[in-house]
Parts: sequence; structure tokens; C-alpha cells
Amino acid sequence: MADDRRRVLVEVQGVAKHYGTGDARVDALRNADLKVHAGEVVALLGPSGSGKTTLLNIIGCIIDPSEGRVSLDGERVFDNRWLRHDLRRLRLDKIGFIFQAHNLLPFLNATDNVALVLQLAGKSREQAQARAHELLEYLEVGHRARAMPALLSGGEAQRVAIARALANSPRIILADEPTAALDSTRAGIVIDLLRRLAAEQDACIIAVTHDDKILDRFDRRFFLRDGRLVPNSADAG
Amino acid sequence: MNLALRDVRHNLFRFVLTCLGLGLLMTVVLAMMGIYNGLVADALNIVKAPQADIWVVEAQTQGPFAEASAIPGATRDAVARLHGVAQAGSLTYQTVEAPFRDRTLRLYVIGYERGRPGGPQQIAQGRGLEAGHFELVADIKTGLVPGDTLVLGRKRFTVVGLVRDTMNSGGDPAVYITLADAQVLQTQLAPPAARVQAARGATAPAGPTVAAVIARLDPNVDPQTVAQTVRQWKHLSALTQAEQEDILVRSVVDKARKQIGLFLGILLTVSAVVIALIIYTMTMEKLKQIATLKLIGAPDRTIVGLIVQQSLALGVAGLGLGLVLILLVKDVFPRRVLLEPVNVVALTGIILVVCVLASGLGVRAALRVDPATALGS
Ligand SMILES: Nc1ncnc2c1ncn2[C@@H]1O[C@H](COP(=O)(O)OP(=O)(O)O)[C@@H](O)[C@H]1O
Ligand SMILES: [Mg+2]
Repeated sequence: MADDRRRVLVEVQGVAKHYGTGDARVDALRNADLKVHAGEVVALLGPSGSGKTTLLNIIGCIIDPSEGRVSLDGERVFDNRWLRHDLRRLRLDKIGFIFQAHNLLPFLNATDNVALVLQLAGKSREQAQARAHELLEYLEVGHRARAMPALLSGGEAQRVAIARALANSPRIILADEPTAALDSTRAGIVIDLLRRLAAEQDACIIAVTHDDKILDRFDRRFFLRDGRLVPNSADAG
Repeated sequence: MNLALRDVRHNLFRFVLTCLGLGLLMTVVLAMMGIYNGLVADALNIVKAPQADIWVVEAQTQGPFAEASAIPGATRDAVARLHGVAQAGSLTYQTVEAPFRDRTLRLYVIGYERGRPGGPQQIAQGRGLEAGHFELVADIKTGLVPGDTLVLGRKRFTVVGLVRDTMNSGGDPAVYITLADAQVLQTQLAPPAARVQAARGATAPAGPTVAAVIARLDPNVDPQTVAQTVRQWKHLSALTQAEQEDILVRSVVDKARKQIGLFLGILLTVSAVVIALIIYTMTMEKLKQIATLKLIGAPDRTIVGLIVQQSLALGVAGLGLGLVLILLVKDVFPRRVLLEPVNVVALTGIILVVCVLASGLGVRAALRVDPATALGS
């Protein structure tokens, strides 16, 4: 259950996104409102093309909205037409992204893929390596620390990608179908892992998913239909 | 961590292959530069070898390299007597073909007076001419070795020594023989008609002729003053060493030089395009990874560094390989391939500029890429 006394990490107000103009105009997202608190694990559901990725990418500062307000961890990043400019730094510090395709850099081994974001954030080589190892151990892929991404199994690669998303202890973790490449059991394990992280790091997690079997593991569920966001009736209140 | 290096290591085989290709291209560019220099240096060498200050040649000619020149053999005495002249020597130049074993050698025969200026400078192997007749010193590129004999005109000559880098502007290697032998060779090889005329004594020239007389001056004597004196003599003209070199470069070498220069220009352009293409393709293939880098928050500096460092590495490796290859094969070329450090420096400069410009194209594409493109599966 949402606890309004807790800190609001993600606040989306009246956000809309449309692509193209005139007849070619697509309203990917209309007037979406969303508040996610620290420690919460939230699911985004909806049919294909309903705007889930669009919403997630707006929260992740990967695309900018056409209208509305977005605040992350108390900081305005989009206010109607005003957009904070160093979004990449913000992403590095506050947001951890877990993509559907793991998006590991093929030329770096598992450890270095994780260490890279730590070094980009200003950690020394040694610090970065140590923390990367620690994270990989924590995600139970420590034994694959030296392996190149091409040699990792789907599940291993996804864990390394999660380790990377968590490296800088972000307050906001966004996951676009993180379990699509996994079977239900493994998917459950990953979500449980994310829940544990949210609790331990006081972070929030927003995950897009299709998998009905893992829905009960989320604190709240939001449905998207034709770009409109509707909270699940069971969670409303 | 250095992303450029990691990426290269990950795709090492391809990178090495690309460097190899580029290296071969650089070898060709360096070879062309070397040939260009060699051509000029060889042509000048034959003029520089006698270490003369003044060249006395036939009036109204730019002999003996750019035009035929024939002056009376007695000219040398007259020149030697001039005030300020330390030494003078007569020289003849002629191109002959001589059978040797199963080949025909095309030789640039230089006749000179032993003990006077104009002979071979540095003997690389064997010795200089000691007998008055039938000995020769050959350029190493003739393929002759001391002890070989070959027939020039109607006489058999013995090779007694070898010199290096002595040839005419056409690339025919030189052989040195005595002036006396050279003059005999001249009459033996003269056109039959001329020989008949000479036999009849109809228009007999006043004794044997030479192509040029060279003079070395006393210290502090101005070559122009001496040349001016000679120019007042009937039928004779005089060139200073500097003028002679200038004529050679302008009249004899110039066309060949332009030809090679133009080709070099084309080659450099092709190299630039190839390098630009390689680097651009290299970047385009990495666009998705670059989008990922942006997505995880890497600054532009990191992305630009990745591209620029890789393209510079490629350029430097290619150039290094080209340099090693050309140094290995340069002596196989039939003509001299002369690489000056300044050429290598210039080419390095050009390649570095090309690499930076080419990576500019890649960088532009990389900075434009939308981080969201990394998300498409
Ligand atoms: N870059 C784009 N240009 C034009 N239309 C887009 C673009 N991205 C998404 N859309 C459209 O916006 C709608 C929502 O897409 P998306 O957010 O990817 O849906 P989901 O992730 O729920 O499948 C779709 O109709 C899609 O075609
Ligand atoms: Mg989607």
C-alpha cells in the first residue's frame, strides 16, 4: 500500500506525449498522473502500443514529454516547455535503467560493464572494481565476473545489467520488461530481488511487465490503455 | 578504463586486418614519395658527383645533361690556365647498350681523366681505375661485379670497382672509363655516315671532342666571374654548379617529377577517402553501443574520445606498418627509393589530420544519435 508520508521519488503530472502532426499524429500518452514513493515496487501493464515504454522513457529522461510536469526525487526536470539540460548526469546519479535487451557493452567483461558507470560517476578504478564485484556477488553472478557479455546466458546477462543499473545506488530504478527473456520462476526471482533492493536502498522501482504470474509481487499496478493511465481498481485508495 | 582500447581488443582480428590494409596503402604512398625523391636525388647526383664549381660547355647549349654538347678536347688546358681555377678536367657522357651474358645492359658511360676532377667519388667495392685502358668502374645497379668483363664498342673492358647511386636521369646506371677509351668508343659508335666522312678527312673535326670541362676554383673565387670570362670565348659557354643543378631539375626531371607528384596527390586523396570511410563505418557500427553509453549517462567527452582515439590508433598503426614495409622492400625497387625524415613527418601530419577530420564525421553522427535507439530490441 502507498504510504503518503514517505518521500515521493517520481511525480508525473498531466504528462502527454504525441508524435508527428496532423493526420500522422499519434497520441502515445495522454494526461498521465503518477506518484511513486521510496520503497515502492510498481508495475506498468497494458497491451502493446499502449504507451508503457513512452511513459517509462519520459520518467527516465530519455525522451521529453510534449506537455506536463515531471519531478524526480523532488527536482523538477520538465515543467511544460522548460527542460533541465544535463539529463545525462541526472541519469547517471539518480536513475538505474534495466532494458528489455540487456544492452551490455560487448567489448567490456561483466565487471567492467558495471565498473564503467561507477567510474563515469567519479569513482576511482579500484573503488569501481571492488563495488562491481560486490554487486555481481550480490546478484549471484560473481562467478561470471570476467566473462564477456556474448558468453553469458540470458539470465546472467540480465543480472549483470541489473547490477549495472544499481551500481550508483540510484533512487529510481526503471525496468522495461526486465523478465521478458526469463522463464516465470527466474522472473519471480528477479522481481523479488528488485523488491529487496527497493527496501534496502530506499529506492522505488517501476517495471513494465506482461507476465501475469508475477503480478502479485508488485505493491501497485497501473494499466495503460490508448495512452491513458488508470490505476488498478484493487490498488486505488 | 579506456573504451577505445577495450573495443579494439574485443575486435582485434578485424582491427589488425584493417591496419594491414591501411598499412599497405601507406606503403604505396611512401614508395611513391621515395621514388619521387630518388628521381630528383639520382638526377642531381650525377651533377654533384664531380664536385665542380664551373661547367664549360658548347655555346648556346645547356649541356651536357639537358642537351648534347661537344667542345674541343683542348679546352681543358685553356680553362686550367684561367686565374682562380685550381683544377680542371674533361668529361664525356654517352649512353650505350652492351651485351653482357644473356642480357643487354644499357649504360651511361662517363669518360674522365684520371687524376683530374670528374671521376668516381666513393668506391663501394674493388678499386678505382689504375690502368690507362680497358678498365671500368660500374654502378652497383648494373649487376656487374669486379672481375666481370664486357665489350664496349670493339674493346673488352674489365670491371675493377663499384660505386653506388650513379645514374643518368633516365635511370641508366653509370660506368666510368678513361677519357681516352671514351673518345675511341665515341668514334666507334658514331653513325656510319659520319665515320665515312671522318675517314675521308673531309670535315675532320679539330681532334677529339669532349662533352664538358669542369673546373674547381680556388677558395674565395666567385664562380660567376670565372663563368663570365669563359662566356666571352668563342663557341663556349659556362654554367656554375648551381645553374647546372637548376637546369637539370627544371628541364630534365621536371616532367617526371610532376607526373609522380600528381600521382602522389591522387594516392593521398584516395588514402584520405579510404581512412575517412573506415572510420565512419567503424562509428556507424557502434551507434547502438554509443546510444547505450548515452543512456547510462556517459558524457560526450567519453564518446568523442572513443571514436577519435580509435581512428588515431588506426592511422598511426597503418602508418607504422607502412613505414616498416617500405624500409623492408625499398631496395628491391629498380630505382632508388629515398625516404627523407621530413617526408615521414609530413605524411604523419597528413594522416593525423585526415584521421581527426574523418572522426569528425563519425563524432557528428554519434552525438546526434538518440539514446532511445538503444532500447529497440
Ligand atoms: N518514436 C516514435 N515515433 C512515432 N510513434 C511512436 C514512437 N514511439 C512510439 N510511438 C507510438 O506511440 C505508441 C505507444 O508506444 P509505446 O510506448 O512503445 O508502447 P508500448 O511500450 O506500450 O508497447 C504506439 O502507437 C507507437 O507506435
Ligand atoms: Mg514497449
